[in-house]
Amino acid sequence: MITLTVNGDAHELDVDPTTPLLWVIREQIGLTGTKFGCGIAQCGSCTVHLDGSPIRACVTPVRSAVGRQITTIEGISDPIHGLHPVQKAWIDEQVPQCGYCQSGQIMSAVALLAGNSSPSDSDIDLAMSGHICRCGTYPRIRRGIKMAAAALRSESEEKEPFNG
Amino acid sequence: MGKWTRRAFISAGVLTGGAVVFGIAIRPGNRADKVSALVAGADETLFNVWLKISPDNRVTAIIPHADMGQGVHTTLAMMLADELDADWTLVDFMEAPAHKEYANYALARGYAAGDVEFPSWLVDTVNGIFLLATKSMNLQITGGSTSVPTTGQLGMRVAGAATKAVLLQAAASTWGVPVNELSAHKSTIIHESGAQSATYAELARNAAELNLPVNPILKTADQFTIMGTDVQRFDVPAKVDGSAVFGIDAMPPGLKYATVKASPVFGTGVKSIDESSIQDMPGVRKVINLGDAVAVVADGYWQAKKALDKLAIEFEQGENDAIEQSDIFTRFALAMDQAVRNGEEITDLTRGNADAAMESANIIVDAEYRVPYLSHAPMEPMNCTAWLHDDICEVWTGTQNPLGFAAEVADALDMDIANVRLHNGLLGGGFGRRAFPDYVIQAARIAAEVSYPVKLIWSREEDMRHDHYRQASISRFKAALDSSGKPTAWINQYVDKHDPIEAPHIPYGIENQFIHYTDTKTHVPWGFWRSVDHSLHAFFTESFIDEIAVRAGQDPYRYRRDLLNHEPRFRAVLDLVATKSDWDAPLPENWGRGIAIHKSFGTIVAQVVEVELVAGKVFPRRAFCAVDAGFAMHPDGIRAQMESGIIFGLTAALYGEISIRRGAVAQSNFHDYPMLRMNESPEIETYIINSGEKVGGAGEPGTPAIAPALVNAIFNATGKRIRELPVRLHDLGKEDLGAKDVA
Repeated sequence: MITLTVNGDAHELDVDPTTPLLWVIREQIGLTGTKFGCGIAQCGSCTVHLDGSPIRACVTPVRSAVGRQITTIEGISDPIHGLHPVQKAWIDEQVPQCGYCQSGQIMSAVALLAGNSSPSDSDIDLAMSGHICRCGTYPRIRRGIKMAAAALRSESEEKEPFNG
Repeated sequence: MGKWTRRAFISAGVLTGGAVVFGIAIRPGNRADKVSALVAGADETLFNVWLKISPDNRVTAIIPHADMGQGVHTTLAMMLADELDADWTLVDFMEAPAHKEYANYALARGYAAGDVEFPSWLVDTVNGIFLLATKSMNLQITGGSTSVPTTGQLGMRVAGAATKAVLLQAAASTWGVPVNELSAHKSTIIHESGAQSATYAELARNAAELNLPVNPILKTADQFTIMGTDVQRFDVPAKVDGSAVFGIDAMPPGLKYATVKASPVFGTGVKSIDESSIQDMPGVRKVINLGDAVAVVADGYWQAKKALDKLAIEFEQGENDAIEQSDIFTRFALAMDQAVRNGEEITDLTRGNADAAMESANIIVDAEYRVPYLSHAPMEPMNCTAWLHDDICEVWTGTQNPLGFAAEVADALDMDIANVRLHNGLLGGGFGRRAFPDYVIQAARIAAEVSYPVKLIWSREEDMRHDHYRQASISRFKAALDSSGKPTAWINQYVDKHDPIEAPHIPYGIENQFIHYTDTKTHVPWGFWRSVDHSLHAFFTESFIDEIAVRAGQDPYRYRRDLLNHEPRFRAVLDLVATKSDWDAPLPENWGRGIAIHKSFGTIVAQVVEVELVAGKVFPRRAFCAVDAGFAMHPDGIRAQMESGIIFGLTAALYGEISIRRGAVAQSNFHDYPMLRMNESPEIETYIINSGEKVGGAGEPGTPAIAPALVNAIFNATGKRIRELPVRLHDLGKEDLGAKDVA
């Protein structure tokens, strides 16, 4: 048995420790917002946060997530603040098309903005080029990140920082 | 274009549960008789309905199409709601179930009042040219960019307008006033005196007793209040918080998982399986021989995948085992030579006398182009969950043709289609792939071997190696130019014609044309791929017209423009993109600019792309797009589709190549079938023309023109003409530069 902490909740699981985290999150914990795309860390659809850093869950053995904080797309909104500014920006810019890759895209964007409140275009390229969007929403993702960055900056001027 | 003259008649009914339902009968006659055998046992809410109004005055548009990112649920609901004069904040949608009454056939066979024209691909499909006639009854396809031009224009708008008419009539008789003293506004009927008003919900029950008009009056564009506006899409909020349910997210109780490996060489079968290698693997439940594939069922996907990778499988040998991609191109070239030598050309289009014009030509230009096979590679790999219980088969998947898939499942399990319950989830990309039912048939056959629900998930490798591919092709051109450089003849021969038939045709005023083809079978399965034949022919024709312009010493934009005198609509689109892209402005060194225009699915798109060459690598930096779809129902939706089509087309042009090695697909995942990424993606500006012409589609027309615009830009930058895709096969390093004076 191992214990995994996902979005703040502890889960006791009987699982082969070499199983990729992706399948444990989806099949055993039942959080399906995190997606399977390639299985070889090429597309970014399975991106989750491990202690705040974006990782590819499809190639991360579940044992390496034990004792750490796992955050999925379901865990970045906040009961008090509602949607994360990145999610709000995604709606304002009407970013998603099929939407399948967007959980992963959003997780990387959230991580980017947590460490860089004014990302340049090349910062965005660096943070986001591990993701594939077959629908080609890249121009809108770029706009969405900039919009969310501006919202986060004005938020932090007004009150305490958002704790996604 | 085909025509139907059969007239619709429209009826209404009341649905249980308090919602009043307006149904539009598709066919005259006793429809209960016609459909009862087909819907026996089906859920009783499956009426032939497009619109319902609930007691809280909410309107639900029932949309018979799948969402794969194109936003069709929103756009079609807008069309219905606008004609209904509904309050947009009170409008919902639901996706129609897999049911005969929502088939394309039903719509095509006379839903709308009066004569109706349908795109050729749909006519052909309905007539059973591509499918057996019996199967065409089961088409409920989302494809061919037809949702707005057919279902929207002929279904949703008519349903909305007809329903508004009976609501007005119901109010008139309730209040004892003439209908012409009433108006509809935001889901309320109001009397001109202001003394009386009633919500649609209050009038709905009485209205539903009335016969809906056969020919309701539709709005003109100046009367639209919802169509043509940028409302937010229904589907977006669930796609940003992880709650959107795709096919792969189905979770029935007691679910187990399966994955498959099909014979790498298409068309060969499983020879033997040795299960001893996986006997002790935990969680593995069953190995199933599907004839041409092997499935492993386990408690989780990962367990199934590991076991399948370890399982010793021998596949049969076949006649295609040694085929290489070069053999396929050689075969194409030989077939083309032979067709011409033997006079066996299949004529696509003849105008004037092209051969005679060649003889008197001042200059003759010829060129040969090639394109490879392409895979769809949607982000969500093929998957399907199936469960046989209580004499029914429940299916959860993402499909572009729910009704057709239900029929395939029924066939595979030898059961009545009425006992197949198909739940269509969101599609994590479709692009044509999810119109082919192979994965659903596999899931049904696996489910038939066990007593619990099974979710079949294809690995990415399986998805890429067992797709239905956009065809590889060769296209040869010969053009005659007069002394002024104007083309007088155009001869084009290509391999492997599919659909739509007009894809190779050019809009240019060239007096003598001969376009012909030869069909050469290969063992590689073919499939609809975003924009279908337009995806290759726009590359061929718009590259070659550029070559002619260069040869004539003329500017590629103005050369095209001069040949479009007789096509003012094309000209307006071309002019707009040239203006917006500042066509004549100089570019920095190592930059180039290319243009192309192409009409597909009723929509004209012109694109200009600017590229920069950095150390021999091409970077598309900016793209400009002008689009005339007749009327942009949801302008932001059109912009999104143009952006999407451009990036999809650039991915194919720069990187896309599926090649055959020893009979099988050589590529396997995104490392060897790469996609355009954020850092390579151009800025895109889209400009919309509402010409008021017949409404066209949007999902596909953004794709065809970008590949030729790209290679034309590369030529402009480097003087190097790329005639074979993908671009990455070509060395564009410095040593190749300097050939800019080809003209």
